[in-house]
Amino acid sequence: MKPLSRLKPLSPLSGYSTGFVGSLLSLCLFTTSAYADGSRLLATSGVTSLSGAAGGGLTPWAVISGYGDEGEYSAGAFYTETATEAYRLNVKGASASYDNRVEVSAALQSFEIKGVAGDLRQEIYGIKTRLSGDAVYTRMPQISAGLQYKRLLDGAIAEAVGATDNQSGTDIYLSATKVHLAALAGRHVLWNLTLRATKANQMGLLGYGGDDNDSYQLMPEASALVLLSDEVALGAEYRQKPDNLSAFGEDEFYDVFVAWFPDKRVNLTAAYANLGRIAGSDDQSGLYLSLTTWFK
Amino acid sequence: MTHWMKVTTTLLTTMALSWNAQADAFYDELGGEAGVAQIVDDFINEISYDREIFPFFKDTNIARLRSKLIEQFCEVSGGPCTYTGDSMAEVHTGMNITSGQFNRVVELLQNALEKNDIPLASRNRLIAALAPTRADTIHR
Repeated sequence: MKPLSRLKPLSPLSGYSTGFVGSLLSLCLFTTSAYADGSRLLATSGVTSLSGAAGGGLTPWAVISGYGDEGEYSAGAFYTETATEAYRLNVKGASASYDNRVEVSAALQSFEIKGVAGDLRQEIYGIKTRLSGDAVYTRMPQISAGLQYKRLLDGAIAEAVGATDNQSGTDIYLSATKVHLAALAGRHVLWNLTLRATKANQMGLLGYGGDDNDSYQLMPEASALVLLSDEVALGAEYRQKPDNLSAFGEDEFYDVFVAWFPDKRVNLTAAYANLGRIAGSDDQSGLYLSLTTWFK
Repeated sequence: MTHWMKVTTTLLTTMALSWNAQADAFYDELGGEAGVAQIVDDFINEISYDREIFPFFKDTNIARLRSKLIEQFCEVSGGPCTYTGDSMAEVHTGMNITSGQFNRVVELLQNALEKNDIPLASRNRLIAALAPTRADTIHR
């Protein structure tokens, strides 16, 4: 019953009527008692990104969430919080995967602006499928394709800042992940490259498309890490973003992170993120904390 | 010309020597002959307690398995041995080993290495040296 206590941060989710998230969460709850380790190697789950997909913190990777290998299911839930000088963002959600082949995820982002009452929420439903390769064992990287459907629950701010669409948007991405065993002073090294087609302004929190640009653009995202020990990874990430709104410039995201994998049930990630300009506030940076628990 | 040949030869010799030194260091970090034998004993012990993996070995000649594993670990870590066993593909054909079972064996080897206080870099190098056997091991 121990893992149940780790669900506490997720309880606010029950207040929202997001059916898919709800059913994923109850699936997680039901499988808690039947917990068994997945067969993939420790840390190959990656961590959970801001969109709910397995990856780094800022960008999805080609890895499939959890530790499920061939013929195995995996399910987990996560909570992420980041705070900059002028904003706070928390994300909660869940993901499930099967056969180390397909991953589905659901996330609820809640974005708060200092001095403005109320939050701005966005749901993200994701699916990702591994197309070829194995990040650890094959010469070629692991390649996956993914789709994220984003729905803005509070579109007033997106409309006010000039977004073309303040309702919903879809991102499509292709990712390549490769682990090089014992590559750096005997430490394992991982890199990921993701190419994302998107119209989202600030990941979609400020809507999709704008007066400066209203078409899909390809954005590169990159991560690299070294496993300092069996359980601790140190890495950095970069994510290029569109700059669609003439009134509010948008910058790339960067971060440096430490991820801890004490066992196959838990990952705790801490990062220092530089998020650039957000809705008129320059140089937004701050701490990022994320907890993922795997129930199966 | 001669000068450049000399430089190149010196460079190549230095690279070869440092490579050898590195390989020797790797074998030495596993504890040399006695260390590798102990790792293999602990590895076989880990296997014999594993519910999922042990059944694959229940009809295996353990003495032969032990001596072939010692040869293999010694060879891939740069020690003075040559693996004389059957090819990985031959050994594993008909077993239908899944990728999950392969990973489980990797974890059992990790346990044995940790039990022997092998430094992280050497543990990782041994795993890296054995990882290419996966293609000839699973789904056969």
